[in-house]
Amino acid sequence: MQSSNMINYDYSVAKLFAFATIILGIVGMLIGVIIAFQMAYPELNNLAGEYGTFGRLRPLHTDTVIFGFLVSGIFSTWYYIGQRVLKVSMAESPFLMALGKIHFVLYLLVVVAVVGSLLLGITSSKEYAEFEWPIDIGIVVIWVMWGMSIFGLIGIRREKTLYISVWYYIATFLGVAMLYLFNNMAIPTYFVSGLGDWWHSVSMYAGTNDAMVQWWYGHNAVAFVFTVPIIAMIYYFLPKESGQPIFSYKLSLLSFWGLMFVYLWAGGHHLLYSTVPDWVQTMASIFSIVLILPSWGSAINMLLTMKGEWQQLKDNPLIKFMIMASTFYMFSTLEGPIQAIKSVNALAHFTDWIPGHVHDGTLGWVGFMIIAALLHMAPRMFKRELYSKKLMEAQFWIQTTGIVLYFSSMWIAGITQGMMWRATDQYGNLAYSFIDTVTVLHPYYTIRGIGGLLYLIGFIVFTYNFYKTITAGRELEEEPQSTSPMAA
Amino acid sequence: MEIETIRELQAYGYTFASVFLAVIFYAYIYHLYTSKKKGGKDYEKYANMALNDSLEDTPVEKIEPLDEEKQNRSNK
Repeated sequence: MQSSNMINYDYSVAKLFAFATIILGIVGMLIGVIIAFQMAYPELNNLAGEYGTFGRLRPLHTDTVIFGFLVSGIFSTWYYIGQRVLKVSMAESPFLMALGKIHFVLYLLVVVAVVGSLLLGITSSKEYAEFEWPIDIGIVVIWVMWGMSIFGLIGIRREKTLYISVWYYIATFLGVAMLYLFNNMAIPTYFVSGLGDWWHSVSMYAGTNDAMVQWWYGHNAVAFVFTVPIIAMIYYFLPKESGQPIFSYKLSLLSFWGLMFVYLWAGGHHLLYSTVPDWVQTMASIFSIVLILPSWGSAINMLLTMKGEWQQLKDNPLIKFMIMASTFYMFSTLEGPIQAIKSVNALAHFTDWIPGHVHDGTLGWVGFMIIAALLHMAPRMFKRELYSKKLMEAQFWIQTTGIVLYFSSMWIAGITQGMMWRATDQYGNLAYSFIDTVTVLHPYYTIRGIGGLLYLIGFIVFTYNFYKTITAGRELEEEPQSTSPMAA
Repeated sequence: MEIETIRELQAYGYTFASVFLAVIFYAYIYHLYTSKKKGGKDYEKYANMALNDSLEDTPVEKIEPLDEEKQNRSNK
């Protein structure tokens, strides 16, 4: 055993990204709530001229929560978990430390560029890939820096074996790198033909090919941003917080390779009944069903990790968040494949059932896991007790109620919408016009807005709790081994 | 090439890929679950890595030899 009592883990970069996670979380969720109410009350579109319209705000919502809240959560947890499972401190390498800090600063600059450009309406019009090429280059630089940080830390590690979470972080890095580069291949119009502004570009792919590349990217953004890094987090934080080893390490490996292989083929399910080749549609549909296996493999492994320790679910709100997260993971990875079945998709596609599905995954699985991760890291990063257990409990129930209101209203709205769109009278004429559906859906849009608002309120409660932990939490003399200390 | 030939080749390719991948999949499961018995790796020993993650904890598998530079770093 090395005499390493002179050094400690260094969480400076993890802290910076944790703050970014929280701030961008509030911004992204707030915009989400605004656009949800705009759907119910269209006059809200007029609050801030062109800058407040649904068209401007929607990409800002998705990109802020995905690339802001979530990605900074990924970075924060990496800079925390990476050191711990590799048993090496960032303080041991001035290079990696400097790299981490520059990584953060550049990340912030790109966030400003993204928010500014989207508000101004500058967009490449590709969903979840709206940024124009100069920003894309910035993103590539940030990503490469993160890769250098991952492999740099691995290079100086003391622990030979890479823990399963590290595999998942590596997969996130490689997966997103590949997807982002290929989907954002674009031709800057000004430099090629002299047309448009210097930042304008058109996709390098056309028509159906563009759609296929876009949804190969789009769905795998769900894979490598919403799923893979979140599994990395839960494989570390749940065992650590509960003091229980992973139920089956072998199952974690099997699920890892299963997920890696299957996910990449499922994107075509976004294009069922479109102009893409029929075999692509069938393949995507089948791979989506197969995807249940590796997804549930990880989720069941998490639930079984709690075997014999279920009383912790009652006693520890962090465990509550994580178990609810893996339950929502199981839920949305069953719902997704069902929607990818061709006959179900014929009803579900383009309806509100789809955002309903997305949000039980993102609010339940992604959001809860990142919240639990930040709450677990806080006492260790700041050496203070968590400020209030009661607030965490309240937050949990407010947000869970919000999620239930969100997805249940969207289920009903989506299926109603799908049924009304396809309903015909005895002569084969469409029975309803579009505005008929809008009238019927109005109450559900309001309920969705309220659900989102509850989730945001819960997140603000969390932010307050986090802030008070840092500033007023009881100071800890030594690092807690498992359960995070919290005041009542 | 005629469309019929292409279809036939596709079917052979599809069958081969399915069988091949199924074999790989089950072989990997077989390997994971028999490795310990055969004197190979005990994968479950890694399950504790999140729990014993302090700098003072002994690594499950140390990088040997722990080079001098790392020793020096930790003694700084």
